[in-house]
Amino acid sequence: MSKRTIIPFGPQHPVLPEPIQLRLVMEEERVVEALPAVGYIHRGLEKLVEKKDYNQCVFLAERVCGICSFLHSVTYCQGLEEIMSVTIPDRARFLRLIWGEVHRVHSHLLWLGLLADSFGFENVFMHAWRCREMVLDLLERTAGHRVMLGVSCVGGVRRDISDEGLADILRTVDALQKEFDEFVPVVLNDYSIKQRTVGVGKLTKEQAAELGAVGPVARASGIARDFRETGYAAYGEVGFKIVTETAGDCYARMKVRCGEMYECLNMVRRAVAAMPAGAINVPVKGNPTGEVVARLEQPRGEVIYYLKGNGAKNLERMRIRTPTFANLAPLLAMLPGCELADVPVIVLSIDPCISCTER
Amino acid sequence: MLNNELPVTRDTLLNEVAARRHQGYRFVTVTCVDLGDRFDILYHFDKDYVLYNLRLSLGRTENLPSISSIFFAAVLVENELKDLFGIPVTDLAIDYGGRFLLSEGSPVAPQRKPDAPPAQPAQTKDGAVK
Amino acid sequence: MSASSKSPWIVHYNCNSCNGCDIEFVACLTPMYDVERFGILHVGNPKHADILVVTGSVNHRDVRVLRNVYAQMPEPKVVVALGVCTSSGGIFADCYNIFGDVSKVIPVDVYVPACPPRPEAMIDGIVQALGILERKRAGEVMPSAAKPVLTLRPTAAAEAAPAAAQAAEQGNA
Repeated sequence: MSKRTIIPFGPQHPVLPEPIQLRLVMEEERVVEALPAVGYIHRGLEKLVEKKDYNQCVFLAERVCGICSFLHSVTYCQGLEEIMSVTIPDRARFLRLIWGEVHRVHSHLLWLGLLADSFGFENVFMHAWRCREMVLDLLERTAGHRVMLGVSCVGGVRRDISDEGLADILRTVDALQKEFDEFVPVVLNDYSIKQRTVGVGKLTKEQAAELGAVGPVARASGIARDFRETGYAAYGEVGFKIVTETAGDCYARMKVRCGEMYECLNMVRRAVAAMPAGAINVPVKGNPTGEVVARLEQPRGEVIYYLKGNGAKNLERMRIRTPTFANLAPLLAMLPGCELADVPVIVLSIDPCISCTER
Repeated sequence: MLNNELPVTRDTLLNEVAARRHQGYRFVTVTCVDLGDRFDILYHFDKDYVLYNLRLSLGRTENLPSISSIFFAAVLVENELKDLFGIPVTDLAIDYGGRFLLSEGSPVAPQRKPDAPPAQPAQTKDGAVK
Repeated sequence: MSASSKSPWIVHYNCNSCNGCDIEFVACLTPMYDVERFGILHVGNPKHADILVVTGSVNHRDVRVLRNVYAQMPEPKVVVALGVCTSSGGIFADCYNIFGDVSKVIPVDVYVPACPPRPEAMIDGIVQALGILERKRAGEVMPSAAKPVLTLRPTAAAEAAPAAAQAAEQGNA
């Protein structure tokens, strides 16, 4: 047996926009074991619900993560609506779906760019982020901000999209589809990208099930699990097709996310076509009493909010389990056996969002 | 009260968790709620989009047996409980010794209620071990 | 002007940020804003960087890392702090694991407040930093930047007493 070395990967590392450290136990060039060291972005925001009232916490939930911000606030609002038995208007459900799916497109494009950056394919990075700007501009035109939309509220949404806005969404979706048609097949069939991703960071279906993988990581290993199937918000009416792959490697995870980007555009089109008229929120009175577990599907997988209210305007407890937290254990199973140079690609392939993970 | 909830004790916890695994459930997460006099520890499992919850009521000075020998994925969240609530979790597959999320200089067991009795000696010893 | 103040190299460290500022900062490099066309590069190694971009409210574990990254940069160096968290802690100011704002750890030269700032504002902050970098190179000792004060709803009292406004901002954050 050759000598073992421990290499710290991170916290400040060129491919990571956020700090996390992986302690890699190496034998020559091969990784034998990996151990995460987190806590560089732990703020402790779960405790803040005791100081801020439950309506202010919508904005707190939005700032759990700067990427899937809107979906965090929607999960929080859905949880409170369940505790307080509030039925939100149909139009609000559709608006949540539209903004949610547009958010998913921006998150997947961001991820595709960062993955390309991790294997040195700068063209794909730049191109994906150029398309992403179209999505961010759309969010800004419809919601008023590029990243932190601030449109969620308990009982619906705070802002409506006008008919011109809906037409604008359809135009942007068509333009995005044109861009995807041009560059997604190129990315998926590129020789050098296949060299870096096919067979790298394999996760078998059994491992994925055993370690509790969620989202695209689970779907790329052949587990057809997507919380949108339960039909929350307007997913029941709009319908969607689950995207799965079976290979379980980095390439399969890339294919799943690329497939989902197309699926998102289709859902947005169907939602705009079926958009009901009416109010966008209902007034919510009183304070929450009781406990609930709210779940929905974020770009990275299933997110869980446990909320407990005791009749006061402040919640008693909020606990967030984000998808990356669930995907950390599968990541540790993917790394052993790979070469050091493949570590950035494998880490990026689970689409890590560390600020979510540590809260 | 959550749907599909089963109260467990420290003695029956591991058997019940193993039974969930046998039935094909996926481990989701563990939630800890500080009730002031006791902790409520909720174990969430999922199968076909339906959650199944085990509720364990834990005294403030009691040890919590780790389920990481049954579901390895639980090891991270159990380390988090140890950090944030100062609950001594025994038999962890990987023990960060109270330095998972927190570091030197951070408050000790910050999510434990302030009116609670001071953390037991075993926990402060853990905090000192790197 | 020297090459480093026309085309500075930037190292970025995320100190406990929610990621919103960081992603917007990376967006500055990409085709829509494209600061790379001026030779402004995002580098991973602090030893050949001119500008340190920090985001987020610093937590206890980050203090040492941030000090290290700053100490490894060659002189002259400039620190740009993005986002409201870097000056007051922002929405996270009351969280238990917050050590304090960036200026408690390293001197800050430019603040770019907002949650998160637009890429245009970030670029503007970097351009301000270039002037400071040039003056530092000439041997000038530059004072640290004053923290931004809340100007969204300015009141007569706040205008009269900036210190009170700053306290109000801390309270509102």
